[in-house]
Parts: sequence; C-alpha cells; structure tokens
Amino acid sequence: MAEQIVFFIAALLAIAGALGVVLLQNPFYSVLALVGHLLALAVLFLMLRAEFLAAAQIVVYAGAVMVLYVFVTAYVGGSDDPLRPQGGAIARIGPLFALALLVEITVAVTGSGLAALDTHGARVEPGFGSPAQIGQLLLQKFLVPFEAASFLLLVAAVGAVVLARRRRGLEDSDGGGEPAGGVAV
Amino acid sequence: MDIAWFVILSAFIFCIGMAGVLTRRNPLVILLCLELMLNAANLALIAFGRMHGSGDGQIFALIVVVVAACEVVVGLGLIVAIYRRRLPIDVDELSELRG
Repeated sequence: MAEQIVFFIAALLAIAGALGVVLLQNPFYSVLALVGHLLALAVLFLMLRAEFLAAAQIVVYAGAVMVLYVFVTAYVGGSDDPLRPQGGAIARIGPLFALALLVEITVAVTGSGLAALDTHGARVEPGFGSPAQIGQLLLQKFLVPFEAASFLLLVAAVGAVVLARRRRGLEDSDGGGEPAGGVAV
Repeated sequence: MDIAWFVILSAFIFCIGMAGVLTRRNPLVILLCLELMLNAANLALIAFGRMHGSGDGQIFALIVVVVAACEVVVGLGLIVAIYRRRLPIDVDELSELRG
C-alpha cells in the first residue's frame, strides 16, 4: 500500500514538473520545474531497484546539467517567451499529435501480449542495480559502448568550446582568416 | 507496483515533452522538452529492465544520460553562439543554416 502511495505522489510530481516545463512562460522557471521533475523521476527509479541510476540522476542531471542550463539562461536572459502566436498552425496541431501518440502508446501497452507487464517484475537478487553490478556490466558486457560514450563526451566538450568561442578574437589572431561576413554585430 | 504503470507514466511524460517541442519557440525550452522525452525513454528502459530482471536496461539508460549530456552541451553552445551574433533566440526566426 505504501508503495502505491509513493508511486502516485512521485508520478503526480513528475507530470506536474513536465507540464511546468512546457507551460511556464519564463525559461528560468521551466528549468526549475525540470529539476523537480528529475527528482521525482529519481524516486521512481528507486522503486524500480535502480539505485545507482537514481543517485546518478540527482548528482549528474539535477546537479550538473541543470546548473549549466541555469548559467546559460541567466547569460542569454530569461526573456518572457509567449507561446506560438494564434496564427501558427503547428501550435494547434502539435498538442493533437502528442495526444494521438499518447492514445496510441496506451493502447499498445494495455493491449500488448507481454504477460509480465502486469507483474511486479522478475525476482531479482539483493545486489540488483547496485554500483557494483552496474560497474561489472559496464566493464565486462558493455565495454565497447562504455568507451564509445567516453569518446562521445570528449567530442561534445571540444565541440561546445569550438561553437561558443569568441569569433572576433579568433579572427584577429588568424589575421582575418574567416570571411568578412563571419561576424555580424 | 505493476510495470505497466511505469510504462504508461513514461508515455505521458514523453507526449508532454513532444507537445512542448512542437509548440515552444525558445530553443532553450525546446532543449528542456527534449530532456523530458529522453527521461521518459529512460524510465521505460529501466521499467523493462526490471521486468526482465536484468541490469542491461539500466546500462542503456546510463548511456542515454551520457548522450543527453552531450546534446545539452552542444545545444547550449549553439545558443550561446546565436546570442553572441545578436540574433533573435527564436526557432521561427532562425530558419537558415548560414549565419
């Protein structure tokens, strides 16, 4: 019984956070709503016996990535951003698409032949989802994806530095290597 | 709790994120909505991993987190570059690839 209560509270918080991200006008509040959403999701991960991922979700996502968002939002200026003007066709059709997809997935899940969907899941040993098990899987069964992910992170870091660099400073040191149209001030 | 509840919840979150991507104009908010969609996928992956009692789903979710972090870094770098160019931060205005 306590499990159901925790699930419904966390699920309601997660959906409320998601709606807040989409509906709030100020991007800064959207970021804060996403932090609440991520914390609620971490509780759900714990209920699914994914303790390491719940901790990683809080530390990496709600901690590091959201701080990045807050910095960029403060830098760019959280201007109030109206939803699409009434004339936009996508603004009217977009939510309909989302609703259609939701109905589709719900029908697919409830009508699926997966008998295990209506159970609590398979019986698992006590160490399931612990850092030890995740580490063992990462370094034995999934070594190649693990290395690829680390390389991807390196590429993304270098790419972000290249994208966000000061172009004018670079042009000066290059001696005008870029075309004159490169900087529009 | 039955696994189906988690899957339905993840469908809800995914669709909310998709509606946000389709209707918002600020690229920052669009990135946030993409995060919502990725997190919904994570929840489904972990729920199905729990259903089968194997840790593989959690590894997939971990890789998705890494890819999401890369996407955020590159996307925010693009937004900062757009801002430096004094261009409007609005995906309807930014419809060309060339600056």
